[in-house]
Amino acid sequence: MTVREIKEILEAEIICGEDYLDREVFAACGSDMMSDVLAYVKEQAVLLSGLVNPQVVRTAEMMDMQCIVFVRGKHPDESIIELAKDRDIVLLSTGYPMFASCGMLYEKGLRGGAKV
Amino acid sequence: MSLFELHYDVSGDDFTRAGEASGDVKANLKKLGFSPAVIRNVVIALYEAEINMVIHAGGGVIDVSIDPDKICMVLTDHGPGIADISLAMKEGYSTAPDNVRALGFGAGMGLPNIKKYTDDMVIESEVGVGTVIKLRVDVKE
Repeated sequence: MTVREIKEILEAEIICGEDYLDREVFAACGSDMMSDVLAYVKEQAVLLSGLVNPQVVRTAEMMDMQCIVFVRGKHPDESIIELAKDRDIVLLSTGYPMFASCGMLYEKGLRGGAKV
Repeated sequence: MSLFELHYDVSGDDFTRAGEASGDVKANLKKLGFSPAVIRNVVIALYEAEINMVIHAGGGVIDVSIDPDKICMVLTDHGPGIADISLAMKEGYSTAPDNVRALGFGAGMGLPNIKKYTDDMVIESEVGVGTVIKLRVDVKE
């Protein structure tokens, strides 16, 4: 699934990273707990989170994640956006809550990690 | 003497800046041509340890030595120390305050995550004196 498809499925707004919408993502992780995200390794994944702070971008950076979707209409501030721009990470914001966002992407074929 | 050495002073005052050192290590490893898998193991472990240092110890110093076959990291702080290391290693055990939990950390997964991503992890700690964490990631390919 491409970042563009994610944006369309979740009717999301692009906050930054318009140039990278054709990036392919193969997995998704939905969490507000960054240590849980750091325990999860998948190639080219998208992170869905209701948490809005610089550590979300840093976590994605460490994990080589392509894209972050902020759920429930949350919006990062300018310093977070700058951090993401600097690291070529796409930021999206969707009005859907976490459960619905994950379900919509799952329904369209995007998968999470294996059972621990 | 290692091929390449990096040193960082980590501030304990500003949680939003936690991870700057790890990000810089990542950029350096990328430049040096290490594989994405090796880089990920190093930076995830280092990032968790850097976060710990900021949350619990008021900052400290990080030294990274890089060789073709291994990357070693030493994190030294003068924080409160860890009274019971085996308890601290337990998944879910945490002494982090609520404000840290609100930032997405403090679930008691930091040390277990660090162990998971490294080939060797040694914790030396004395209550009231501080903690030294030594980590090694081997380059296997």
